[in-house]
Amino acid sequence: MRLTTLALILTAMALAAFYLGRSRAAAIGGGPGKARLLHSLPKYYGYYTAMWCVLPGLVLLLAWTALSDTVITGRVIEALPDSLRNQPEAQLGLTLNDIRNLAAGQMVDEARRPEFAVAADLYNNLRTASQRLLSGLIIAVSFLGFALAWWRLQPKFRARNHVELAIKAALIAASLVAILTTLGILLSVTFEAIRFFRQVPFDDFLFGLTWSPQMAIRADQVGSSGAFGAVPLFVGTLLISAIALIVAVPIGLMIAIYLSEYARPAVRRVLKPLLEVLAGIPTVVYGYFAALTMAPVIRQWGDSLGLDVASESALGAGLVMGIMIIPFVSSLSDDVINAVPQAMRDGSYALGATRSETIKRVILRAALPGIVGGVLLAASRAIGETMIVVMAAGLSANLTANPLESVTTVTVQIVTLLVGDQEFDSPKTLAAFALGLVLFVVTLILNIIALQVVRRYREQYD
Amino acid sequence: MLLMDKEPGFVPMRERGEPKDGAGKPAGKAPAIADAAETDRIAPETVGDITSKNAVIKVRGGNVHYGDTHALRNISLDVGRNEVVALIGPSGCGKSTFIRCLNRMNDTIESARVTGDFRLDGTDIYARDTDVVLLRARVGMVFQKPNPFPKSIYENVAYGPRIHGLASNRAELDDIVYGSLERAGLVNEVKDRLDEPGTGLSGGQQQRLCIARTIAVNPEVILMDEPCSALDPIATARIEDLIDELSQQYAIAIVTHSMQQAARVSNRTAYFHLGRLVEVGPTDKIFTNPSHKLTEDYVTGRFG
Repeated sequence: MRLTTLALILTAMALAAFYLGRSRAAAIGGGPGKARLLHSLPKYYGYYTAMWCVLPGLVLLLAWTALSDTVITGRVIEALPDSLRNQPEAQLGLTLNDIRNLAAGQMVDEARRPEFAVAADLYNNLRTASQRLLSGLIIAVSFLGFALAWWRLQPKFRARNHVELAIKAALIAASLVAILTTLGILLSVTFEAIRFFRQVPFDDFLFGLTWSPQMAIRADQVGSSGAFGAVPLFVGTLLISAIALIVAVPIGLMIAIYLSEYARPAVRRVLKPLLEVLAGIPTVVYGYFAALTMAPVIRQWGDSLGLDVASESALGAGLVMGIMIIPFVSSLSDDVINAVPQAMRDGSYALGATRSETIKRVILRAALPGIVGGVLLAASRAIGETMIVVMAAGLSANLTANPLESVTTVTVQIVTLLVGDQEFDSPKTLAAFALGLVLFVVTLILNIIALQVVRRYREQYD
Repeated sequence: MLLMDKEPGFVPMRERGEPKDGAGKPAGKAPAIADAAETDRIAPETVGDITSKNAVIKVRGGNVHYGDTHALRNISLDVGRNEVVALIGPSGCGKSTFIRCLNRMNDTIESARVTGDFRLDGTDIYARDTDVVLLRARVGMVFQKPNPFPKSIYENVAYGPRIHGLASNRAELDDIVYGSLERAGLVNEVKDRLDEPGTGLSGGQQQRLCIARTIAVNPEVILMDEPCSALDPIATARIEDLIDELSQQYAIAIVTHSMQQAARVSNRTAYFHLGRLVEVGPTDKIFTNPSHKLTEDYVTGRFG
């Protein structure tokens, strides 16, 4: 039976269970409108019955899908002739792939061999049998579940509490998805990073001053032993992020103050969405704006001032990135400034404060946690930004604080390390994971600081 | 009667919610007289003596419109030095609107238009050259809900003196802060924790902090807009004692929904009804022997 058919059947059963459960509960309770005898509303008995009808089957389905392939593959391998079964593991994997492909109806060159055809048949048969068995089992389990719920359906039975418990479990499961995904990413990055640190010492990576991740592929290659000192990348990232924040924080804050305290509602209605458009422009577009428009302008300015400006400079990338993150600062700050209670403003005005005194001394103070939050969000956006820097800041890992020179950032290096041919046992590739881990930790620290600031300055308004 | 423009330097910011009083919402229970035209007919003029011997605030023919709503109709009333005037009346009758005219807090409501003659010590509150900043330093205000700033207790009180430059050094500022906290009867409770946030105090303490903040700029008039309505009876009693003390020095106008409170704290009482000032007189007389039928109905609890 196909999975879609099964799903349809299950849905139909759930619906039927719901209506049956509800009407039976209503009947037990003394008919519709007289449900005083029941603990819960009749519909909860319906939900409860439907739940028992579907959930056990779903659990079974998940478990079966997770396990069946392993079991089937095991059986297929057992049935293989000795010559094939006793291959080394990697070879065996390839063989199994061929068998699967053949079973799926794709032509496999080597697989004209009869053993393969036999194995593929076996594989297909086993799968079909497994599917049939599964469908039968699920329907049986659903009926069982339904019967159990039906049997428990008594007036005093607390159906609502059970249903609410199930809903709560579903909500928890949903939040676990996000947490577990984060954890999974962190673990995968960490394991690869550990492999990297087995080959490159930790302190060489974290404190080394030279970054040149070229590795010799052949032993007789010259001049490329690789240097994995990440300090130039950190400095480059910090430099560009700092330039971006220097641009974005004052401008964003002033925009927020204007929008929330001075602008007329009509102006605000137009300006705010327009600003948010800035955040919607793809970063690639910002990237070539930075590389093709901003960089030449900066170089001309530099020339006219007698300064030597690289054609790909940290300044250009930082300025454009600053413009990109303005909406993060302005929009969030505007929201929190608006959330400051009118009573604060009234209190200040009633003491004879001017509008600017009120803004500076009361409103910004009250809105500070939110503003800090917005700035830190913008900062982590700046640190993690890739496209603009790839296009406008260059690839050379200069250790410099001069914004007119070309620098590179952590994210750019991750991209270059993972683009093109890679071997996953070379430090060159693994370095990307170490850099990713550093990024992750830095952003985590930023978030923790942000939370602390918010907690410290949070004021209770009702 | 003068038609006043708002001061050019103070463009009202966008409207943040409707004014609390007025704005055309009818009183909660159906009063004996439900519409303004009827009130105009029954109470076209204020009964009683609107003047005060040492008048600090003098209002003649004050009118307020919120958009199309005529929220205050031709109000004339004095508030004198060392005098507490209680403003009573059903919700939406214009009491808060009236006191918000006296320090021009209505400027912050975009749709509000104020006309009439409002004077503080003889100078026109709504004149073109009146500086609202100085005006509000002279006419302080305490709000219904305590609204301490998100600052320390000390900084809350020091805020006014700082922005008006009342202290030239830290010692003077300390004096002002301590003095104000003392007069607000709060100094003993907070002197060891002046650095803690003002929002951490109890509701009654917060309201006394707001009063301390107001008197720190040394105003001549203090306006109170239902200052005790968010407080429990004990905190209320403390604030009422404080109002009593403050009346030695300031002119006080207090809006209240509690007639007992009006009777306890005020020298004169003004009864507002649907934008009209119906009757004003000595508090004793208003509560024991009101002249106008509407006042009598209200103070005896027949409606409102």
